This record gives sequence, C-alpha cells and structure tokens, in this order.
Amino acid sequence: MDHLESLEAQSVHILREAYREFKSLVMLWSIGKDSTVLLWLARKAFFGHAPFPLMHIDTAFKIPEMIEYRNNIALEWKLNLIVGQNKKALEEKQTYPDGKIDRLTCCRYLKSEALKHTLAGEWPRYRLNHSTGKFDIDVNKEAYTGVIVGVRADEEGSRSKERYFSPRDKQSDWNVDDQPPELWNQYKTDFAPGTHIRVHPLLDWTELNIWEYIEKENIPITSLYFDNGKGKRYRSLGCYPCTGSVESTARNVKEIIAELKSGKFANIAERSGRAQDKDDGGGLETLRREGYM
Amino acid sequence: METKNLLKIVIVGHVDHGKSTIIGRLLADTGSLPNGKLEQVQENCRRNSKPFEYAFLLDALKNEQRQGITIDMARCFFKTANRNYMIIDAPGHIEFLKNMVTGAARADAALLVIDAHEGIQENSKRHGYILGMLGIKQVAVIINKFDLADYKKDVYENIVKEYSEFLKNIGVTASSFIPASGRFGDNIVKGSENISWYKGPSILEQLETFALKPDNLEKSFRMPVQDIYKFTEQNDERRIVAGTIETGSIKVGDDVVFLPSGKENRISSIEGFNSPVRKEIGAPYATGFTLATQIYINPGEIMCKKGDALPTVASRFHVNIFWMGKAPFIKGKKYKLKLAAARVNAELVDIINVLDASELSSIKGKKQLDRHDVGECIIETLKPIAFDFVTDIESTGRFVIVDNYEIAGGGIVIGKAEDESSLLKDHVQKREYSWERGLVTSSVRAGRNHHRGKFIVFTGDKDSGTREIAKNLEQGLFNLNLNVYYLGMSSLVGGLDSDMKAVIEDRDEHIRRIGELARIMTDAGLIFITVIDGADEYDLDKLKLLNSPNEILVVNVGENYYTKFSPDLNFPANTPVKEATEKIKGLMSASDIIPSYCI
Repeated sequence: MDHLESLEAQSVHILREAYREFKSLVMLWSIGKDSTVLLWLARKAFFGHAPFPLMHIDTAFKIPEMIEYRNNIALEWKLNLIVGQNKKALEEKQTYPDGKIDRLTCCRYLKSEALKHTLAGEWPRYRLNHSTGKFDIDVNKEAYTGVIVGVRADEEGSRSKERYFSPRDKQSDWNVDDQPPELWNQYKTDFAPGTHIRVHPLLDWTELNIWEYIEKENIPITSLYFDNGKGKRYRSLGCYPCTGSVESTARNVKEIIAELKSGKFANIAERSGRAQDKDDGGGLETLRREGYM
Repeated sequence: METKNLLKIVIVGHVDHGKSTIIGRLLADTGSLPNGKLEQVQENCRRNSKPFEYAFLLDALKNEQRQGITIDMARCFFKTANRNYMIIDAPGHIEFLKNMVTGAARADAALLVIDAHEGIQENSKRHGYILGMLGIKQVAVIINKFDLADYKKDVYENIVKEYSEFLKNIGVTASSFIPASGRFGDNIVKGSENISWYKGPSILEQLETFALKPDNLEKSFRMPVQDIYKFTEQNDERRIVAGTIETGSIKVGDDVVFLPSGKENRISSIEGFNSPVRKEIGAPYATGFTLATQIYINPGEIMCKKGDALPTVASRFHVNIFWMGKAPFIKGKKYKLKLAAARVNAELVDIINVLDASELSSIKGKKQLDRHDVGECIIETLKPIAFDFVTDIESTGRFVIVDNYEIAGGGIVIGKAEDESSLLKDHVQKREYSWERGLVTSSVRAGRNHHRGKFIVFTGDKDSGTREIAKNLEQGLFNLNLNVYYLGMSSLVGGLDSDMKAVIEDRDEHIRRIGELARIMTDAGLIFITVIDGADEYDLDKLKLLNSPNEILVVNVGENYYTKFSPDLNFPANTPVKEATEKIKGLMSASDIIPSYCI
C-alpha cells in the first residue's frame, strides 16, 4: 500500500466512524480542492454516495466560477446541498469590501457567524432542489452535532494541533489546551448535549498529496486553480477581495504537481494569498478558536 | 505515484529535556525550514534580548509561547533523499499526558529524550512504559544536552545501564542510545568530534533505519465491521459490510464467520467506488463486501476467515490499563468500552496490581486507578465480545474506556479471565438471597390460578407480526380465565424508562429493567407477555437469568438469526395469528404451564 492509499484508507475509516456515530451529520464544502477531495473520499467511503448534506457558507464575495462549479457538481453527483449566509451583515453592508470593517471582522461575520447559526439551524438553510435547480428554504432546522471539515495539519500552525475528532462547545469555541486523547483508531465519538464534534479526515494530507490524489482519481476541480492565461493562478480559494493569486503557468493538475515538487513554493505559505491571515499575529488561530474553519 | 513513504516519529521524554530543541535542529540541519525562518526567529530573540533556542522554531501557537511549554503534540515535516518524515512533538509535562499518548499512538517509531545532566526522571520512565503499551517497537533513546555533561563517556554509560534495565523489565528493547546535543548539533544529523568514542548512529541515521508499520498480511484475517450500508434511497440495492481490514487478506468465495455472533457466510464481492474490480484484498485497506446470503449482523462484530485462528469470545478479561481520566477508574460504575469497532458497556471487576509509573514499583491493595496510574485489572463487558490477545494481533487486542463522554483510559488485553462467574450472576444470587416473600407461596398461588407464572418474550424483525400474535395470545388466555398481561414496549419507554436519555443507547439498562420487572410479574403468578424487536442472544440470556428462578418462553417470528440460543418456538414472518397462538398454547400446555383443558 503506498502513502496515498494509506491516507485514503485512514480518511475513509474516519468518515465511516463519523457516519456511524452522529445522527445529525453535515460536511462543509468550501468548493476548494481540499473539501472537494473530502467529498470524493465520502463517495469512496459510502460506495458512490454522499449520505449526508453538504453545507456551503456563501459570503456573497466568492469568485463567481466557484458558485457555478458548485451547482454543477451538486446536480451531477446528486448531492444534498445546503447553503447558508449572513443576510443581515450583507444587507447592512457590514463587510470589508464595503469598507465598514476590517478583514478579520468580515471573516467573523460572513463566515464564522454564518456557519455557527446555519449549523445550529437558527438561520435559514437554502437547499438545492434537484428538480428545479433552484434553492428552497430547508424545513429541517435540527442542529448538526457532527461537522466534517477538510482542514489539513500542514496548512498553518494552529491546524497542526487539531484532533481527528475535535469537540466544540455551545459557542463553537475550541479549547486548544484541553483536547481529548486519540489512540489507535479510537476517537472521541461521545459528546455532551449542546456540544458538537468537528471531524477532520484530511488532517494528515499535505498540499502535494491533495493534488496527487486529484490526479490519481481524476477528480473534477474548478479551473481557478490553473493559469488564467496571464501567468497567474489561485493556490487557495476564498473571497475575491481578500484572495490573491500566485505567479504560475501551471495549466493542469500534472503541472501543478510538478510545480509543487520543484520547490517553487517551499518557502511561501499556501494561504499566503489569503489576506486575513496576516491581519494580526495569530489571526487564524483567533478565528479558529471562535469556530472558523 | 511518486509520493514517498512517510515515517511518523514521536519525540517523548521528561519536561525540559530538550525535545523541541532536537526537532528544531533536525528541521534546520536537514534544510527543512522555510527561507528566512531561522533568521526571523533569531532576530526576534535579539529584539527581546533573550538567547536564541532551536525550540522557538516550533512555537506555532501563541499560547504556547505564553506558557513556554509544549501543551499539545505538534506535527512538522522534513524529508531526506530516502523518504518523508513527520515528527510529532509530544509534551513532557505530566498534565498533558493524554496529549503525549495521542501523539505516540500515531507513531511508527519513537525518540525518547533524556537529559544527560538531570538523568532519568519520572516521565522518562512513564513515557517509556506507555510506548511499550502503545505497541511502539522501534525506540531510540537520545541522551541529550551532552554538552552539559562535558561529553563524558561515563555519564553515557551510567544512563545506558540504568535505563536499559528499566526497559528490559517492561519488555522494550531500545534500538540505540545516542549521546547528542540539540543545542550544538552533536549527533543530530551527523556524528560529532566531541563524542568521538561513540561509534553508533546519529539521530537521523537511526531514523533512516526504522521501518514503516508492517501491513500484517500474513496474519489471520480480521475486519472489524464498522457498518452495514444499504443506500436504497439512491436506488442502490447492494448490502455492503464495511470496515477497515486490520490483518490478513481475503478472496471472493472465501467462507467467513462473524464474532461474537458466530454467524457464517461467504464473500460474494469486494466493493469500491472508482476503483478497479478486485477479487482479493487485504490489510490495511478500508473496504466493503457483499455476502452470499442475507444475514443480520451488528456493527462492531469482527469478520474473520474460516480456517484461520479465531479471536477469543468472552466477557471477562485480563488487561493492562493506563488511566487519563479526571475521575478515577472504580468498581460498580458502568463504562463504555471501545475495542476495534465494538462498543459495549463494561465494569471494573478487580484490580490485581497498580504500578507507580514513575518508579514502576507495585502499589498493593489499591482499589481504584487514579489519573496517570497504570494497572493490571480484570474487566467485564455486559455482553461477550470478540478480541485477540495483544501479543497475537495488536489492533483487536487493545481498547479504550469512555467515562462521561471522554476517552479516559487505554488498555491492552493480556489474557482471558478463567473465572466463570459474572457480575450479573452475582447480582441475581444476591437478589434472590434477600427476596422477601409473603405468606402465599408460589405453589399455592399456582394452585388457585390453575397455572404457573411465565414470562413470554416475542422477538424477531419489527414487521414480522409479533405484536398481533402477542396481543391475541393475551386475549385468548384471558378468555380462558388465566391471569395474563401484555406490556407494550412504548408503555415502558414512556414510563419506567423515562429517565433514560435514549433506550437505544442504553439498551443494556433497558433490558435489565424488563428482566427485573418480569421477575416480579411472574412471581405474582402472571403470564407476562412482551415484545422486544431484534433481541440478540445475549439479551435473551440476560432476560432468562434476570427472570430466574421463574421461567421464560421465547417465541421468534421471522428469520431465525440465532446461532447459540434456540428459541422455544419459531414462526415464519406473518404466520396467521390463530395458527401461531394455538401452537403457543399447545407448548404451554405440554410443559404444564397451563392446564390441558385450555387448548
């Protein structure tokens, strides 16, 4: 068994544990390469099916191609797609692009807050109707107790301390200092009422592993990751006002793999194009403690 | 696929013995740091006028820097021409033992760091012991801060002697003892002139010789069943038994047996998504199978191959446990035990020995395991489970114990308890001893009633018609002037069981209450009828024991899944109600429960 196969086997095992243990389970799908690999692994684990809803938090500032790609894949793969949004902040223009707040606060409003309230069922959930192709308000308002997320340990410091099964309290807060033990294949699958568990099947994958797996499995990926014809491509996808591209002429998955292996980005963080990470010393950790992905 | 193999190494040892420094050095000396990172950290130190340390490179988290100790295990990566490495930095502070355990449990090999100057400390031993229990066979001992010991050979020899003796006692063999200095880089990547008398490998040279976890294909086949899938809503009619193969391999057409139920079947196909058709598969793939015939099996069973050495099935076993819970591990409390895919309720029966992990001397007469204790115990599961001894197959020979939602203990199975008794038998014995009888004896009661008390349990698939038969039986017997009562399960769940959060989650307690209730009802002379959907043989054994000394009659409707338990009567699904009730009455009369004129 090679390394990619062993990563796949471990992720599949974790996904099946989550599906077995949590009655109310959801997978976050950010449309990026990682969570799309995660979705593919779910189809591996469940023999072609994704037996739980996929949730996307739409900040309304996503690059339009991302939304188009999302809807196409959801229809083709018959996904139960749920979309959540912070309507109030958007209506009141409490956003960074509107110039009223800083980047971190914008992330907090449009991502963390939207995610928290959509997971809890307090804010409306918009569910893809496969017969009309439109989104209807979901009648299900049940809080999700298990949330599958595609974070990787190598992305940045705070993520390297995550567990595969990581408890969050009622406020979605993460207590980094007091995390449950994980031994062998045994994870924290019991949780007190009111708390929920984040499940991280991709923790041990690296950026290169993700691309190698995309190539091996021929997983459809949004073209934003490839050279746009002007010698630039996105390495990490987010909202367009805060996401920068990198200099690259990689036009396909093979060329991205070659580029990563060449060591070209060895000294440049994968999320270096994501401006919110830089706004305070430990921006992402502050956000993550409060429930950011 | 060009992905090189990845070896996971954990670094453990007593607090402040220099683990983070060694990692920092390994990263720096193998050229694995981002450009400018080293200079940036050095510059930071200059500005804050504190001496630079390689350990600072690892302080990824803000609060770690605040407290100055590693709280959680952190991972970092480096590579050599040979392969990729993941280093897991485990905290040395006793408060964070569960983090150390988490880090170590994921590793293929371990570096155990001992400060040459301070010598062997409490956690040097505790961590060594836990590495042994976690099953890590490749351990190199780093005698660090050797510069502070002036690179003296006798310091090295003394520590090697003392620590080897300790490791020998706990059955661990160190691959090497490496004198090193993280601070000055001696023996980290290359050998050192400062320690020219040392001829062994440097840390990196030692790491390069460590092997990846073996696939264990030659061992007996074990696949703990995680789940049974049928995605009918997606028009998928396959019924797939899914799990991760722990050891061995299997082919289409092989005969299999599921334990503890003992049910047998044959592999019909190996399933996968976007993967080539396979006729054979082995460890450590996460896979799925369809079977030749439809049988009812539970998640948590272990699928084994017929002809292989099979796991032990028992409910009492002999274990070593290390305890991490805030509350102690005590007798008389119900815990959840998770072994491979099985989850069962379990209790501590007896503590044989508690080790003081720091000294590894025995503490006699301890009645409980406190936090950070390591102990040898007997535990009992409320239902028998399948397991291996850890010396035969590791992955099905180790378990965790959950207390109050948290994993509080980890353990390995070292043997089966020979003792035949069980906590339930002890309970029934005590209960009967203290049973307070009235002046009406059971024979007088049976005489006047013209029948004996009897507990009749209907079981089978939910929609097989059990309820109709049970209710008709009640009415038929009542019309014959017999004292009979039908108890619907929802009446129990809404009343007597209303304090239970979920009957499904605490099925053992639910079954216990029915059994105790049956003991009272049958003692009152009643024919007490109830329906339990999908009761397994252990549920029925338990009801039988709890209802004793009174009698039980088990009627199964639908497919008979039992392998060890034989129901008193079996009916096919949807047997006509009249036919079924007449047969039950016939049996009751034949066994003198009710008078023969009743039929």
